[in-house]
Amino acid sequence: MGSVFAAAPLDNSLSYSFSQAPNAAASGIREHSFYPYTDNGGSTLGISGADFTILAGDTRSTSGYNINTRYAPKLFKIGGEGPEGTGARIVLSVVGFAADGDALKERLDTIVKMYKYQHGKPMSVAACAQRLSHILYNKRFFPYYVHAILGGLDEEGKGALYSYDPVGSYEREQCRAAGAAASLIMPFLDNQVNFKNQYIPGSGEGHALEQRVPAPLPQKVVEELVVDSFTSSTERHIEVGDGLQMMIITKEGVRETYTELKRD
Amino acid sequence: MSSPFAINGGACVAMVGKDCVAIACDLRLGLQALTVSNNFPKIFPFGDVYLGLTGLATDVSTVSELFRYKVNMYRLREERQISPQTMANLVSSSLYEKRFGPYFVSPVIAGINHTTGRPFICGFDSIGCIDFAKDFIVSGTASDQLFGTCEGLWEPDLAPDDLFETISQALLNAVDRDALSGWGAHVYIIEKDKVTKRLLKGRQD
Amino acid sequence: MPGFDFSNHNRNAALHAQGVPLPKATSTGTTIVGCIYDGGVVIAADTRATSGPIVADKNCEKLHYISPHIWCAGAGTAADTEFTTALISSNLELHALSTGRKPRVVTVMTMLKQHLFRYQGHIGAYLVVAGCDPTGSHLFTVHAHGSTDKLPYVTMGSGSLAAMSVFETQWKSGMSRDEAVKLTSDAILAGIFNDLGSGSNVDVCVITQDKTTLMRNYITPNTREHKQRNYRFPRGTTAVLNQKIITRAEISKYVTVHEVEDVAAAAEKMDVDQ
Repeated sequence: MGSVFAAAPLDNSLSYSFSQAPNAAASGIREHSFYPYTDNGGSTLGISGADFTILAGDTRSTSGYNINTRYAPKLFKIGGEGPEGTGARIVLSVVGFAADGDALKERLDTIVKMYKYQHGKPMSVAACAQRLSHILYNKRFFPYYVHAILGGLDEEGKGALYSYDPVGSYEREQCRAAGAAASLIMPFLDNQVNFKNQYIPGSGEGHALEQRVPAPLPQKVVEELVVDSFTSSTERHIEVGDGLQMMIITKEGVRETYTELKRD
Repeated sequence: MSSPFAINGGACVAMVGKDCVAIACDLRLGLQALTVSNNFPKIFPFGDVYLGLTGLATDVSTVSELFRYKVNMYRLREERQISPQTMANLVSSSLYEKRFGPYFVSPVIAGINHTTGRPFICGFDSIGCIDFAKDFIVSGTASDQLFGTCEGLWEPDLAPDDLFETISQALLNAVDRDALSGWGAHVYIIEKDKVTKRLLKGRQD
Repeated sequence: MPGFDFSNHNRNAALHAQGVPLPKATSTGTTIVGCIYDGGVVIAADTRATSGPIVADKNCEKLHYISPHIWCAGAGTAADTEFTTALISSNLELHALSTGRKPRVVTVMTMLKQHLFRYQGHIGAYLVVAGCDPTGSHLFTVHAHGSTDKLPYVTMGSGSLAAMSVFETQWKSGMSRDEAVKLTSDAILAGIFNDLGSGSNVDVCVITQDKTTLMRNYITPNTREHKQRNYRFPRGTTAVLNQKIITRAEISKYVTVHEVEDVAAAAEKMDVDQ
């Protein structure tokens, strides 16, 4: 033990310095800064099926250790009429910085409505998805601080799901989790939706085993998986909880459900 | 420079079943994004007790050797095997001794107490705070992912064979979503009279 | 050798100087409270332990034993609260044995503050000390830097403001045991539901001159409901490449045998000039 201290340099300081030096002398020039973003926590999730798409998000809004509100929706109907968004066929979910999320949804909603007035037909999900990418990339150097997921039905009536990064890189996917608990939900979904790492028992030995092939899941199964994903995230992530909002998009339209989550 | 816990990567998980426990780890050893070895197990047997260590690889080796010494000394002095509970307290106090210069490891313990016959698992932070859990313990760079899969897949009173499937699926799917973990896995299923060690097939990317 | 071992400190400080962040310890981002009533004192805590935004332990114990009639609620770095209270509990037992008197709450408070002050806040233990001794019922708070308070009702941790709001609106002097238990558990519940760092269950400890009652999981308002689906896998779902069964007899060997290839052959292979 003693040798450890005896080996220390004689000038009473260790031979390295801490990298974080004071920014300015007490009476010197002071740098003020403004950080325009906050993280409002929460998580969203989308899964597409053969003839439906489900989007879901918890309704808790946080800042630090505080709860701003227990009911702040992260799911928005796009291109519908009136305050209820009647007749909408596309749903946008946003998670991250809530103010940017609101602004983004307002812009996309307006654009989709304008498209309908100008062209006399509703915008397709594929077109809406590309437009959203452009909106996000337009603010490449002052981005909307959100992870967006867009859901609807494609021209063939199949479930369509698009996920985005904050600057507009997007991809059509089967399932995607975003937000605070994305890292908790995503591997669970890989396993339960795409049957990753699952093999058919008795189909072989070791390397010869046959992989379990993913098939489109029925709507009820997907709804149950979504609920279980969120109850699990609520258990282990402090920013997830209070309520679960779900929007199920089918050819009949958009059905919205709300279930309670734990509030601690 | 990244956190010492995320330089080498790795994941470990322990679960409780009906009259059995399971502990599993990945096999990757990396240097940031570069994989150096795909045969670096993170579980070390100490008689009836199994210790999983994730974190900085140099400390994983150092700490495993330290406990090999300490547990062997315990066996010689006491002329009996160490119980999981005693091992937990030994690990806890050994880590807290280094409160102001910790080993960068997150240990996990799994075993069956042969006096009570009860399964036991627990986890620690790097300075020795014990997390006694009735369900599962996770550690490593894929801990967030493991929390998600374990919370989703685990259920109480799984038989050894069912527990094996659950812990394996929880680990494999979690490490596939972590760039620093994976490259195969070891799973130990610990029962009263026997231990089954299995090597899993996992993605090699 | 007693005390802390600093042998890794130089290495870690050098790493830290290169910009490596300090390890993330489990923190009990916590709500803990205490309240004196007529005839005793009651302390309570939530049971959530966090590591960043992740819940590390859903049902941890934050009420620590000091002596039969003195208990301590801990917030801050979980390992520090655990070991500091254990150390003081141990020293207090020796102190009580050597003096032949029952230990006093002020003694505990003084030992804690002297220990914590010596470490200048580096031991991150924030404690509520409560108990009954021959001089009456007492309640203190001890901060990591060594400062202390003596008050009729106290709160600490990240949920302290939520809990204090309950005390400031509902506390009155001369409460009964049941009223005090209700008030403290309500204060913890306020922390559980309004502070993200706190959650799960309520633990309560009531201490009187002649009896200490620890009510572990006194209220459990956050039990997980049943899952919608069953996630049991069919046996054989996972691909196994190799399997080995180890029996109990094999385990109990003193020396672990490592299989090493032929030493001479291995040396041959390593010889570069060959």
